[in-house]
Amino acid sequence: MDSLNALVVIANFVVVPGLAYGSQLALGALGVTMVYSVLRFSNFAHGELMSFGAMITVLMTWWLQEQNIGLGVLPTALIALPVAMLMTIFLALATDKVVFSYYRQKRSESVTYLIVSVGVMFTFGGLIRFIIGPADRVFTDGQRFLLKARAFKKMTGLNEGLAIKTTQGVTIIVAVIVVALIFWFLNKTKTGKSMRAYSDNEDLALLSGINPERVVMITWIITGALAALAGTLYGLDKSYKPFTYLSLLLPIFASAIVGGVGNPVGAIIGGYVIAFSELFITFAYKKVATYMLPGAWAPEGLVQLLSTDYKIAVSFVILLVVLLIRPTGLFAGKTI
Amino acid sequence: MRYLVGEAMTGGYGDADILHDCTIGVDEGEIAVVVGPNGAGKSTAMKAVFGMLELRSGRVLMNGEDITALKPQERVRKGMGFVPQTNNVFPSLTVLENLEMGAFVRADDVTDTLSQVLELFPVLKEKADQPAGELSGGQRQQVAVGRALMTQPKVLMLDEPTAGVSPIVMDELFDRIIEVARTGIAILMVEQNAKQALHIADKGFVLVQGRNRYTDTGQALLADNDVRKAFLGG
Repeated sequence: MDSLNALVVIANFVVVPGLAYGSQLALGALGVTMVYSVLRFSNFAHGELMSFGAMITVLMTWWLQEQNIGLGVLPTALIALPVAMLMTIFLALATDKVVFSYYRQKRSESVTYLIVSVGVMFTFGGLIRFIIGPADRVFTDGQRFLLKARAFKKMTGLNEGLAIKTTQGVTIIVAVIVVALIFWFLNKTKTGKSMRAYSDNEDLALLSGINPERVVMITWIITGALAALAGTLYGLDKSYKPFTYLSLLLPIFASAIVGGVGNPVGAIIGGYVIAFSELFITFAYKKVATYMLPGAWAPEGLVQLLSTDYKIAVSFVILLVVLLIRPTGLFAGKTI
Repeated sequence: MRYLVGEAMTGGYGDADILHDCTIGVDEGEIAVVVGPNGAGKSTAMKAVFGMLELRSGRVLMNGEDITALKPQERVRKGMGFVPQTNNVFPSLTVLENLEMGAFVRADDVTDTLSQVLELFPVLKEKADQPAGELSGGQRQQVAVGRALMTQPKVLMLDEPTAGVSPIVMDELFDRIIEVARTGIAILMVEQNAKQALHIADKGFVLVQGRNRYTDTGQALLADNDVRKAFLGG
């Protein structure tokens, strides 16, 4: 019984949040990896692109709420999401046209692109603060929990409860569907295969008649859609605050690099690796230990390896270790 | 009149010319081989014919049509296939996907061409679902040639197809190339292994320092004492 209780504590505080957070990171990292493998640069503006998508969702959600349009138990944001994805795709394509295409024609080095993307990041950030301001916004509505802790306790008779938030459920389901769609697109469609071919060998792709401009355009469309999705899901789960998306950049890049930059499977796995590492290292094991150890051994402290304030440091350390020991990442991506 | 000919080509990278009034060409169903010492401009001549090098003078004709101004991609659509010497496959794509990408410009049904290519290179059928980057050098060359054949080209250009493969694999590759030529495709290739290549060649071009030194049938060049002494190691 005690060990079951201990398991439920871990499930409630680590596994469920880890799956949700991991899915959000995975979707973000997938976008970063796509840009890296096709356009060959690390897009630092990706976090702000996610923020932009989430902002559009917030604005649309407010408007829909005013019109009394909703989805009942599900968050209204899900109706707003397609619009946000379209707007983010538009922003990504416009940025490519105005900014990145110039450097593509000049055949700039990837370091130049990287610096340019930092500039784009600040521009997006300014635009977002100009439109919606820096404040923290909660835009989740509908039913709060799929499974309430109290209901779980009643159902199982355990001391500990397991709660699953609606937003966590939505995040995981949406992520699974979208990832499946992306992999189907990349592996089964002619256009998807041509994107992988272009990423593999640019010159041979040209010789095979693959149009690079079209590949670039499709990459930005997918990246924009993914960014809006990841940003909105993260905002739904926590809350929408523009600043947090800047700090999300580190775990997202860590996910992409840990998995192997340029490798979509790696980006997904990397997302979960980073999410679970953060949670397992900053989790307070006191309760678990109390259940598992004989009464007299029960710890007095929190039994926490690292305070949650240092959460970001975890991804930073993982990033460093991977770059030092295995620069291609777990799934043989490209070396940065 | 040859089917494909690069006529009196002069040009190079930047200011210095590599090719000087160099002519190479091939007819349908024929194998033409370009040989010569290192730095003779063999690969450069191929690139010039394929449009990857700007010519200062001279022209490229295909079936009588002047294609000098066309980009490589446009020449692919006209019926030229090119297999570069290195980086000639998509390493993370499977063998089958490599072949499909070869047929990217085709809007019609490619299944017939695909089965023809797999028949020509049976080993590719076995490895169809394996990433091309995991294959051996000889198998990778077959993927590369197969990929170029997927557009159903009228001319196939090979830049040192046997570079870095063992002699046994080289013989096998040459056999395959002869089979391709028998289907009526013109084959223009650069070869480092001059003797073996001239054996299967209908026509041979010996280049030295970007100029045509000898041009004759493969057999005649092999029989020529001067050519043997200077280029074929006696």
